[in-house]
Amino acid sequence: MAVLSVSNIKKAFGSNVVLTDISFDVEEGEVVAIIGPSGSGKSTILRCINQLETIDGGQITLLDDNMIAGTSPDGKPIYSSPQVLRKMRLNIGLVFQNFNLFPHFSVMRNVTEAPIHVLKMPKEQAVEEAKDLLAKMGLSDKHDAYPYQLSGGQQQRVSIARALALHPEVLFFDEPTSALDPELTGEILKVIRGLAREKHTMVIVTHEMAFARDVADRVIFMDQGVIVEQGDPRQVINHPREERTKLFLKRYSEDSQD
Amino acid sequence: METLFSTIDAAYMSKLLVILLQGVLTSLRIFAITLVIAVPLGFLVSFAKKSKYKIISVPINIYILIMRGTPLLLQILIVYFGPYYVFNLSYNRFAAIIIAFVLNYAAYFAEIFRGGIESMPVGQYEAAGALGFTKAQTFFRIILPQVVKRILPASANEVITLVKDTALAQTIGVAELFALSSKQASFKTSVIPLFVAGIFYFVLNWAVTAAFAYFEKKLDYYK
Repeated sequence: MAVLSVSNIKKAFGSNVVLTDISFDVEEGEVVAIIGPSGSGKSTILRCINQLETIDGGQITLLDDNMIAGTSPDGKPIYSSPQVLRKMRLNIGLVFQNFNLFPHFSVMRNVTEAPIHVLKMPKEQAVEEAKDLLAKMGLSDKHDAYPYQLSGGQQQRVSIARALALHPEVLFFDEPTSALDPELTGEILKVIRGLAREKHTMVIVTHEMAFARDVADRVIFMDQGVIVEQGDPRQVINHPREERTKLFLKRYSEDSQD
Repeated sequence: METLFSTIDAAYMSKLLVILLQGVLTSLRIFAITLVIAVPLGFLVSFAKKSKYKIISVPINIYILIMRGTPLLLQILIVYFGPYYVFNLSYNRFAAIIIAFVLNYAAYFAEIFRGGIESMPVGQYEAAGALGFTKAQTFFRIILPQVVKRILPASANEVITLVKDTALAQTIGVAELFALSSKQASFKTSVIPLFVAGIFYFVLNWAVTAAFAYFEKKLDYYK
């Protein structure tokens, strides 16, 4: 059963069309990797699903909730009620490229603030759950640290714990390793691999081709706002069918060898 | 120099201190009342300035331009004498000073707040939104605490200036520190009363500086 269903998404910034007609489903427990050149719209699609951007057309369905309730006479989509949108948002966890931790909160409070004040979870329970999550992220000794005292990799692990604390149905990663030094990339990829083994439903926008091939159940290749090709990771990355995919992967492997 | 100091003796000195302390109290009242009203008002003004409704943002912009573009001295005179010339209405001088100071300082504080709020990275709003915080929660839990830290140094400047600006209240005859000391100075033909007033201003601002240093240190636990 599809947990998340994206159909015919259109998005433009002014006259600049970023998403032309994007459709894909994500099944429960599935890991989907989205790859493609910069500016292909891969981050924008995550941001549209997470309501950080509005869409110009199409439908996004998460479990039983539709993001778009109808169409206005001038063809613009009408968004569903704030309650529905809020519920959808809480069912999606988002991990940012730049972590976006709250610098004035300790690690523990970064993880517990939303469960306590958004889900209205009792504080003791939120702290217990946060302890487990942070232990899983290898950060048991960092409860009282502030983000500035942590390495980039540690900060990103806190932000993964923060996203998981709300028990989202789907976890999104928007280029989770792009802001990290190469030697710190591995620790984040290891954490994501662990989450995949636990059958978390995940959508990962990434530039790490080898990682996408290993961890994903399905790879989507995007270019210029359209899905050019999608399918089995080994097929798409090792034996792409489309010319544009071949070109991108060829250029990519050349760049990586530099 | 001798003539300047000759009329000052120990008995006069203690009398002078009592007189000037009265002035200090009046100055402090202007200072405290202005601060207590102008800070929250400046807060509201900074939001109004960013309003998407032109009927709100345009008048607010004009107000800020005038307050920052003309001397506070002139604003005090207009606030106090304006109603008299137009409606033949005279009113309490102290109230006039408070109105003029609040209007002026709220404009400056508004611009400090606006700068602080606009310096916040958009990622903080996005992270809060993605975690399901409401707009109010995002502002009061995530944004405002960080803005306070960012605007402390600029606010310290404003507050120090306010201490010294209270001297302008003398222009419409409010008996604050500077008014009383210059009256004593001409009465005794001596600079000593002015010098003592200077020491009072200096000590007050020393306290203000120490208070801000304390708050900055308190917020130094994160970067």
